[in-house]
This record gives sequence, C-alpha cells and structure tokens, in this order.
Amino acid sequence: MEISIGAVVKGGTSLAYKTGSWRDQRPVLDVEKCKECGTCESVCPDSSVHVVDEIYVIDYDYCKGCGLCAYECPADAILMVREEK
Amino acid sequence: MSVVKVLEGSEAVALAVKACRPHVISAYPISPQTHIVEGLARFVADGELDAEYVRVDSEFSAASVISGASAAGSRAYTASSSQGLLLMSEVLYASCGMRLPFVMTGVNRTVSAPISIQVDHQDTMSLRDCGMIQLFVESSQEAYDTHIAAFKIAEDPRIILPVMVCMDGWVLTHSYERVTLSEQEDVDRFLPSFRPVDFLDVKNPKTWGSIGEEDMVMELRYSVQQALQYAKGRIKEIFKEWAEISGRDYGGLIESYRTGDATMILVAMGSMAGTIKEAVDALRAEGEKVGLVKIRSYRPFPYEEIWEAVKGAEILAVVDANLSLGSEGAVGMDLKAKLYGHPDAPRVVDVIAGLGGRDVNESRIREIVGRVKEAMNSGYSLREPYWAGLNEAIVPTGGVK
Repeated sequence: MEISIGAVVKGGTSLAYKTGSWRDQRPVLDVEKCKECGTCESVCPDSSVHVVDEIYVIDYDYCKGCGLCAYECPADAILMVREEK
Repeated sequence: MSVVKVLEGSEAVALAVKACRPHVISAYPISPQTHIVEGLARFVADGELDAEYVRVDSEFSAASVISGASAAGSRAYTASSSQGLLLMSEVLYASCGMRLPFVMTGVNRTVSAPISIQVDHQDTMSLRDCGMIQLFVESSQEAYDTHIAAFKIAEDPRIILPVMVCMDGWVLTHSYERVTLSEQEDVDRFLPSFRPVDFLDVKNPKTWGSIGEEDMVMELRYSVQQALQYAKGRIKEIFKEWAEISGRDYGGLIESYRTGDATMILVAMGSMAGTIKEAVDALRAEGEKVGLVKIRSYRPFPYEEIWEAVKGAEILAVVDANLSLGSEGAVGMDLKAKLYGHPDAPRVVDVIAGLGGRDVNESRIREIVGRVKEAMNSGYSLREPYWAGLNEAIVPTGGVK
C-alpha cells in the first residue's frame, strides 16, 4: 500500500467504501404501508434510500442503520430489526 | 533600500504578510490579534494587496477557510488568539494531517477562566502537539522577519506543514517599535510563488481528509514527525538565507545570549527574552555568571542546539509562561525529557511566571535568579515548579473550610 503526503487520494471514491457493515439495526420497508411520500429519502443522512421502478428501496451497501427513516416515516412503514448473521 | 519606520507590532506583521502576497486571508476578530487583520483588510480595500479577504463567522471557520484555500493551491493566512485558537484546534490538527502549508499568527494570550485578555503562552502552547511548526518571536522586527520566513518554511516541498508565528499579545502587537521594512523585490526574490505539491482541481478530482484507519494512521503521524525533524535544518537555512538578504540575523532555532561561561542559564521564549537580556547584562556587571537561551522554534523542539548551548552550565532556570496543570511548565518538561540521560546535563528548575499578564520585569528576573541560586546551594530543593510573583495570601483554598 502506498500513502501520499497528507493521505490525499483520488476523488469520488467513496462509493467503493461500503459502510453498510457498520449497521446493527436494519430498516425494513413495508411496501404495502408505504405512501410514497419521500420522507425517508429526504432524511437519510447517507443518501441510502432510492426510488427504483417507482418504489422506495433501501440500499444496504451504505445504510448505517441510524433509524432516522423509521422514526420519521408518517405511515410507520419502516421497522428497525436487529442485524444478525 | 529598506525603510525604517516606527510601527505598531501588528502593523509590522500586516506589512510582512502583505509582502508575502497571500491569495486568501480569513479573519475573525479577537484581542489582541485584531489589528493585524484590520491592517490587512485596509490593504485589500485600498487595492494595495490583491487577495481574497474572507470575513467569517468564527475562528473555526477562519481556520477552515485557509485550509480549503491552501488545499486549492493558494497561499493563505489567518491570525487568532486565546479562545479563538482553541476553537481552531480541531481544524489545525486536521490541517497538519492533510499537510496544508498556510501561515498564521498565534497572538499569545491567556485562556479563560477567568476572562483575561492579557499575555501568556497558554493558548499557543496548548496547540503544540498538532504538528504545526511554532516559532516564537521577541520583538516586532523579529515578528516581521519571521512571518516572511514562515511562508518559505511552510511551503518547503519536504516540510509542507502549517507554521504558526507566536507573538506576545499587547507587549508586541500593540507597542510601537522601530521596524526596518524590506523592499518588495527582496521579499519576492526570497519567497517565490507557491508551488503546491497537490491541489484541488476539478479536472483531476482528489480527496483531502479521507478515511484512514489502523492501517495508516501511525505511518502518517510518523511522516509528520519526519518532516518536523527535517524542518530543524531547513528552518536554520531559511533564516540564514533571509539574513543574507535583509541583514537581520536572529540565529537559528535558538539564540544564545552570554551563555559561554555561564553557570546558570535562563531559558525563555517570546518578548520576555528581551527583558531577560537586560537582566543578564545587569547581573553580569555584578559578577554573576548568567546567560539566556531564547527558544525561537518551539516545535520542532531544538534540543540538540539547546544541549550545545547549555552543556557547560550547572543549572537551567526555565521560565515558563504556561502551565500544564497537574504537571509543570511545558518547556521545562520538554527540556528535562531531552536532557535526561546526558551524564553531564545541568539540573533543570522550572519557573512558572507571567501567567495572565503578571509582569515579568527585571526585578522579577533577579528574584528568579536569586531563588534558583539558593536552590543550587542547598542541593536542588526545587523539585516542584517555582511560582515567581505568586501572591500566596490571596490563593483560594477551595470549598473545604
């Protein structure tokens, strides 16, 4: 491994650093209850909620499990469940 | 030809910074630093200095602005003091890690509580561990010349670290002294334009301050340590180079004053060194073999030079205008750590003096010398720091009655 002075690295590489492994609680979205208001997408500090094929999807590669989306969801459509292997 | 003027210390610093042609200056006012950035604001407003002058909402932002500017390849400058420096501290640690070679003035002032705007070294010395180079100055003239050298030191391709010029508040920033100003062309000849090793560029995106975990933190710290070690030699060369152009030579990392045959050597930094020189002259005239080592570069700490200067002496009295509460003065600690193990090392007595602006005048120096002599004769009884000028009668004893 080579490190530059001041650890300056190539830009735009944060996508390669998958922070989902930090998570100990997983948000699970119930699409039946979801009203597609977009609150979860706007409050997610890691931009880990996306619209895919017209439904909201959580990106578990980057979601750190903070639970903000579940807390803010007006339809109670997101449940935090313990991450277990 | 150089010009001699009677200037307020802050004005001398503003003129030195102007002569270095910074691209970006950030400013947030705090006494006794304010006159420096006010001076620079005037130069920018009057069109005498072509720089981006950024007024910010806090010292945290002031440090952040020059970090960003430096990463973008600009020569950047700011100044602060006391609480302001403490608020900057998070950014300053990060700036050293990211190797951003800006220059700032740390105007020495005590820190709260109690609220006091008076001089001591507690503020700047609480930043001693972050990786910045810290140069202490004795006079306004030395402040002027040291700022010019500071940019060259910071930007040296093998150093690339921020430099803080530590200058005593009020005593230097607000008093008027004769200052010789160099010609712009001399400064330009000495200090070429900044050539960053790396810089933010939209065409070639890079990231500063990215994550680096247990696999690299030690190596990066080690590289800063190596750069500071290298800087010791380079600082001396750069000051010598400037001395050849300006005709003003302050020595290298330290200045030794009448230390040759001294049995007792005082060690000090900043403006009190001037007072101590006067006291040394007076005491010498009375037959006392005393001398002074003035530390100019506090970080990197020049223990090799200090050792060379003090090795014949019997005792060192380190006058610390700061205190690591629960231990002792920082310079005393550094010196003891470095001299430990030398079989002929002089004994070291730590003296706490001048906290919160308590005057360190010639009679105080005489008192210190007298007390340390007593200690020498009684077989080194000063294990704990000696508090010079402490009014014991008013020391609060705490809640227990």
